[in-house]
Amino acid sequence: MSIIEVSHLTKYYGKSRGIEDVSFSEEEGEIFGFIGPNGAGKSTTIRLLLSLIHPTSGTARVFGKDVMSHGPEIRRDIGYLPSEVFYYEGMKVIDLLKYSASFFDHDCTQRMHELSETMELEMNRRISDLSYGNKKKVGIVQGLLHSPKLLFLDEPTSGLDPLMQHKFFDLVRQENARGVTVFFSSHILGEVQRLCTRVGIIRDGKIAEISDIRTLQQNNYKKINVTADGLNPASFDLPGVTNVVAENGSVHFFFKGDINAVLQKVSSMKVADVTIEEPTLEEIFMHYYE
Amino acid sequence: MKATIYLHEFRTRIRSVITWSVSVAAIVFLFSSLFPGFASQADLVKSLFARFPPALLEAFGMQNSDLSTVLGFYSFIFVFVQLCLAIQAGNYGFGLVSIEETELTADFLLSKPVSRAQVLTSKLLAALTSLIITNLVVWVVSFISLAMFNGGRTYEIGTLLLLLVSIVIFQLFFLTVGLVVSLLVKRVRSVTPYSLGLGFGMYVLSAFSAVLVEVKLEYITPFKHLDPAYIVHNGAYDTPLVLLNVAVSLVAIGLSYWLYIRRDIHAVS
Repeated sequence: MSIIEVSHLTKYYGKSRGIEDVSFSEEEGEIFGFIGPNGAGKSTTIRLLLSLIHPTSGTARVFGKDVMSHGPEIRRDIGYLPSEVFYYEGMKVIDLLKYSASFFDHDCTQRMHELSETMELEMNRRISDLSYGNKKKVGIVQGLLHSPKLLFLDEPTSGLDPLMQHKFFDLVRQENARGVTVFFSSHILGEVQRLCTRVGIIRDGKIAEISDIRTLQQNNYKKINVTADGLNPASFDLPGVTNVVAENGSVHFFFKGDINAVLQKVSSMKVADVTIEEPTLEEIFMHYYE
Repeated sequence: MKATIYLHEFRTRIRSVITWSVSVAAIVFLFSSLFPGFASQADLVKSLFARFPPALLEAFGMQNSDLSTVLGFYSFIFVFVQLCLAIQAGNYGFGLVSIEETELTADFLLSKPVSRAQVLTSKLLAALTSLIITNLVVWVVSFISLAMFNGGRTYEIGTLLLLLVSIVIFQLFFLTVGLVVSLLVKRVRSVTPYSLGLGFGMYVLSAFSAVLVEVKLEYITPFKHLDPAYIVHNGAYDTPLVLLNVAVSLVAIGLSYWLYIRRDIHAVS
């Protein structure tokens, strides 16, 4: 069953574009990566699915129900971690979490304490005294404490230190293993690659590509940099090689295709250094817009 | 209506309710304590006021007031009480949903399994509860003050009750008009300028309405809809104006629901 079905969804803020004609679907149990640069429309899409904003045209269904007409019912099973977290400054962490839990019919106390322990959250501090990273932890706990069936994560790792990011990814994987569907928005390709099975790429408000993460990587350029004595740029004249540039005794180029072809070529040389890098997100987008 | 939102809203407003209630109570009590002095010098006060230009007296709503009677004096105080209550109710109205949007907590609240209508109803009822508490304090302090400082003169309890009952209608106007204006403007950055503007603005209009007779300002301002001098002088409400006031409040509530249900909650930009 499709957990999310978005069809020709368009949102304009007055005259400025939010998203245009966005269509995709996410199946139950998937971790779907939604990737794009800032301002591409990632948050707009999530806010439409939560009915925080209203579409200009098109439809969106979550759990098979229309988000506009069944909002409250749908949100019973949704957890949301916004990119920027803001909570009632005067409240204590524990009171905010209890307030959050009070919206749900079942008792969330145990899960709330488990999560706070995992994320090392101090429950007795005031929200106003928390650092940005700690507020983010509050966001994670309040987004998960009611054991939702669908998680919206909007750039969830910003402000978290690497150790906490790691714990957070483990948490998301555990939730996913229990059958939770995850919609993961990010502008960092690396974290999407670590977590997601399928990705949608959004740029300038439009879906540029939806594909399996493996296909995306296979179809992608690698940035290869080779340093060796007496290197001849022409020796990398292989199918799939583009943008060959030689400078200061090293050669760098983009490569798309079976990486073994390049590796064999490189292993036949006596090289000083080799790096093979993931393309940056912008480079991937350039690929999709060629 | 969602009990959890109602309680949260009520708690966040408790300190404000106490502050306003104590302030208004102090105004009523301290001003009332001056009455026995006024009453004993009634002839002197009357001759003093007689020398004032009539336009000035009208601007302060005192053309019909007799400061030597208990309720005449009380109706004079009551205008200041109304002004405070207008600002308090305006504060709650303008801030009802806009504070969550400027402090960006609206995302938290509205991503919960509640409808916009439930959110607004819970918030309105919580604000109304807060206003009614202040209202009750005014009732109690008014009865106590008039019992202590009546200078041995009698007064019509029924008319006093008319004045006190008018408070809730008056508060509702500023609460609902504040709310609907906050939903009509793009963003309310700070609540106080709006509530002070609405409160004082309406008061000034009321002052001018007596002077500018040809412009029907009394249709606009609640200070005229529920003019205490009129109520005491006639022992009754100006019914058409009170109905107009209630109608404006009801339209404001209806329009607020319509706007809030359709409202886009914007992210940080």
